[in-house]
Amino acid sequence: MSSGKEITYPNDVKYASTHEWVKLDSDTAIVGITDYAQDALGDIVFVELPEPGMEKKAGEAFGVVESVKAASDVFMPVGGSISATNDALRDAPETVNGDAFGAGWMLKLFPYNAADLEKLMDAATYKSKIDSGEIH
Amino acid sequence: MELKRTPLYDTHRALGAKMVEFSGWEMPVQYKGILDEHRAVRNAAGLFDIDHMGQVRVTGRDARAYLQNLLTANFADMEINTAKYAVMCYADGTCVDDTFVYRFADEWMVVVNAGNGAKDNAWMLAQAHAQTSRFDVSLQDVSAEFYMLAFQGPLAEQVLQQTKGLQESFDLADLKYHHAREFHIHDERGIIARTGYTGEDGFELFIPFSHGKHVWDAILDAGKDVGVQPIGLGARDSLRFEAKFALYGHEIDANTTPMEAALGWACDLDKNFIGRDVLLKQKLEGVKKKLVGFEMLERGIARNGYEIASNGKTVGYVTSGMPAPTLEKNIGLGYVPPELAKIGTGFDILIRGKATKARVVKTPFYANRARGK
Repeated sequence: MSSGKEITYPNDVKYASTHEWVKLDSDTAIVGITDYAQDALGDIVFVELPEPGMEKKAGEAFGVVESVKAASDVFMPVGGSISATNDALRDAPETVNGDAFGAGWMLKLFPYNAADLEKLMDAATYKSKIDSGEIH
Repeated sequence: MELKRTPLYDTHRALGAKMVEFSGWEMPVQYKGILDEHRAVRNAAGLFDIDHMGQVRVTGRDARAYLQNLLTANFADMEINTAKYAVMCYADGTCVDDTFVYRFADEWMVVVNAGNGAKDNAWMLAQAHAQTSRFDVSLQDVSAEFYMLAFQGPLAEQVLQQTKGLQESFDLADLKYHHAREFHIHDERGIIARTGYTGEDGFELFIPFSHGKHVWDAILDAGKDVGVQPIGLGARDSLRFEAKFALYGHEIDANTTPMEAALGWACDLDKNFIGRDVLLKQKLEGVKKKLVGFEMLERGIARNGYEIASNGKTVGYVTSGMPAPTLEKNIGLGYVPPELAKIGTGFDILIRGKATKARVVKTPFYANRARGK
């Protein structure tokens, strides 16, 4: 379930103001949505991801996450070539609610545009902007 | 615009609710999660703060005649202490709002949707004083007199009957579906009715206003060991959707008539009321669009406003759609031409531009356990 737990902000990922995260694994960038985002959306019932092989720029929509109530676009936190998507979310979209930073990952990018990383936030900055209401 | 809050606002926050804007009100959309809350109502019972809904008291010598003219349902033989669903139409047959009408010994009460309160009041006043139909009637917005809660689900009767402070107030065993009765808390008048909008057995309570929080807490306390939960607007929507109850702004609005919305059962065309001529014409000559239920045959969720297409041509639109929690299917409601309204007919829902197959199915999606009780 989405509520009743403290929202987590792990330090080993970078955050976009549109609530996606990026984690680096050698040459590959892994992308997902944040714990705050999954909690705000509520029960996730559908995740639509692009075909591997597509290239997208930072800020471009790459897919759609649907809760019971609504459909929301998700955006590339960094640009890159989509080398893999998380097929498990097709049958178990609720994984994003349960483990947003782990098993709920969405994309792997290889190569990715390292320069885009500089525009992203660290955990403390992201959290403070949410707490202050600057982003929501 | 400043959002309105019900007096239970802080209580909702303390219960972990996420608050959202709804029709000018800041209301809980969910507490634990929409799916969890939806199932709680289907399997146990759930408590809803619906104080954002409006209530208008209608009194006077011509109260009944006024309502007969204003609304689609027939109140001629309506018994005292009963409730009836009715639509309020414009002269062109489209919908001002949908309502529940209660008849009591000395007065009538019309319950209207939150977002439509001001518009409804203006319309109702205008009809009361129209030159052609001057009624001896008095309208009074009594929303501030009552705190409106809904308590819905198979365990609702049992829990409510055991709720502290209410046990002596009423005996629910002989309160029939769509019947209402008055009760008192410290000499203040309240009303309880076996009505609701979830497809489950259940009640709507009009509590003397200052006792709203007290009764809310007492019901949750009485039901805490049997799975009773507070329910937000998210599950309220998914519950009414499965039971195919219309929601203003979705299935009905100022562009749709009750005949198109499959609400003909709530319209008595043998009496005169505003909009009746158009509805009668539609009944005789047929409608141009018809509300149908459909299920998705391919992966995808239909949403309000998506286009419905047939052979590559747009033919209609989706009014509500979501994964139905009880059915575990992606289903929807929408308007299509009558020739596409037959059960089994296939068409496409345009989901982000992609034609996704769907077919017409029988409604309601979820059979109402309470109906006919």
